[in-house]
Amino acid sequence: MNNVVTLTWLTFHEARRRRMVLAALVLGVAFVLLYVTGFLFIVSQATDISGVNGGTAEEIGFQFLTMAGLYVVHFLTIMLAIFASVDTISGEITSHTIQAIATKPVRRWEIVLGKWIGYSIMLVPYLVFLSCGIIFSVYFISGYLAPNIPQVIGLIALQSLALLSLSLLGGTRFSTLTNGVVLFMLYGLAFIGSWIEQIGGLLNARAAVNMGIVTSLLMPVEALWRMSANLLAPASNMLYGVGKAPAILFGAGSVPSNAMVVYTVVYTVVVLGLAMRHFSKRDL
Amino acid sequence: MDKLVIEARGLRKAYGHKVAVADLTLEVPKGEVFGFLGPNGAGKSTAVKMLLGLVKPDGGTATVLGNPPGHTVTMARIGFLPEHFRFHEWLSAYELLDVYGRLYGMSVASRRKRIPQALDLVGLSEQSRRPISGFSKGMLQRIGLAQALLNQPELVFLDEPTSALDPFGRMLVRSVIRDLKAQGTTVFLNSHLLGEVEATCDRVSFIREGVVLRTISLHSLATGEVQVELRVDTVTPALLAALDDMVINWRFLDVELPGSHPQLMPLTVSEQSTATAVASAAITAIELTVAREDMIPRVAERVVESGARLYALTPHKASLEELFLEIVGMEDSGQ
Repeated sequence: MNNVVTLTWLTFHEARRRRMVLAALVLGVAFVLLYVTGFLFIVSQATDISGVNGGTAEEIGFQFLTMAGLYVVHFLTIMLAIFASVDTISGEITSHTIQAIATKPVRRWEIVLGKWIGYSIMLVPYLVFLSCGIIFSVYFISGYLAPNIPQVIGLIALQSLALLSLSLLGGTRFSTLTNGVVLFMLYGLAFIGSWIEQIGGLLNARAAVNMGIVTSLLMPVEALWRMSANLLAPASNMLYGVGKAPAILFGAGSVPSNAMVVYTVVYTVVVLGLAMRHFSKRDL
Repeated sequence: MDKLVIEARGLRKAYGHKVAVADLTLEVPKGEVFGFLGPNGAGKSTAVKMLLGLVKPDGGTATVLGNPPGHTVTMARIGFLPEHFRFHEWLSAYELLDVYGRLYGMSVASRRKRIPQALDLVGLSEQSRRPISGFSKGMLQRIGLAQALLNQPELVFLDEPTSALDPFGRMLVRSVIRDLKAQGTTVFLNSHLLGEVEATCDRVSFIREGVVLRTISLHSLATGEVQVELRVDTVTPALLAALDDMVINWRFLDVELPGSHPQLMPLTVSEQSTATAVASAAITAIELTVAREDMIPRVAERVVESGARLYALTPHKASLEELFLEIVGMEDSGQ
């Protein structure tokens, strides 16, 4: 286990020393500041709207903006998970850096696990920082507090960890470029599949829904986002016709069951296990 | 034979249709400095990688320090300087050795003691806090050597350890190898530089197309047959008779016999009558082969005793380079 701790330290500090963490943080802070500025302008006009439509329209607006902000956070975290890790195994194999590590008394799977934990330690706090930045900015400015915060952040974190596992698995099999292409194609597939499933759900097109489910099984990231979006748009708002709009816009039109959470946890663990297994067997 | 540190039987590795190592069988006893020689593409690096567990062989068996290659217990007792010495460049030299020391399972106290020693050994003490990204290739190779020796290994693999080093660095590596040998450490040296191998190795295997062609002891090379070029005023039958019992074979260097190449006419002692027959033809140079280097002074004495006037007596010991060309083949030597 000491080796895993050392390799986790090595991975995290590589991200830190290469200023990946700093760049992500600076841009993340810039994003939160931009969001807050935009939100302040909207709130100053929303006072007039509330005069017409009452509290509900205002709350829907805040809900929409929170969901929009968290959608960007979800997207940024996913991009960070891909860009940070896509080169970590294939790049070290290509550059031969891995040879000096793999010839130490280290099991190959410890190298993969150390990298996974190292990047997780970077991704999850980053996600929590940005999410809380959005949620509590909205709260302090408008008094609106998004519901189900821990669950929403947990689901987004699970998405990034699933992608991280997939990226490491790709790194043990493909070149960096191929791995990046495969990850983006899969993400794009899941994105489109998710929309097909939602629209199919609204129009009661069963085949379209099934197609979306299959893409979610291949890449469960977007399905988890739809669950997050649903948690951000509480059932009470659904009673109002307009209250459903933000949720549908951000993908909660057709909400996966809780089994998808279990599936994604299993997916993350199994894919990570496959990455460790393949890396242990391949030539370096 | 001493206890074997490396034992390989019929190792084979192919990448698709290309066979990198065809049938590698070798033994390296404890405490030996073993040289591994061959032209580019001979399978040397693949063989080293198989012995380190980096590459899985398609066939054959191997044990390293009594365990299969890559065994974690074994790897704690091994040091390896890769041919492509690339490390995490964002670390400083000290930090790199500290990370590797942790992976070797060394305690904090042990690392604090050993890291400065290793840096000092390779002449990088003053650069210990500098990021490796600013290191020259030679410095990278030096830090590679330091990490290979950090755990005071029982077996060290050095894959082209001086490829990026200046003459000072090469002298340093030779000195390190000699020190390792004195400490009883086994060294597996994979190098193109024959002079380096000749200066440091006890034994050397010549490999081509993944097969060991021949293994020789460099001690026997140092003490073996010597060719001597002898130049006198005239080669007489008396001179040849005087040398007869000392010489393994000889050839005249400046005589032309019908049907023979003037410079390549080996004659054995048994053909002395032929030699005697041509000795009257103003021959002045002969190449002799004697069994040992210490026989050369006696050759000089016999020449003088025979009445010949000695102009030159030049020994030509067979070099490793000549052996390399002979064993591996001229067609591969320039690759």
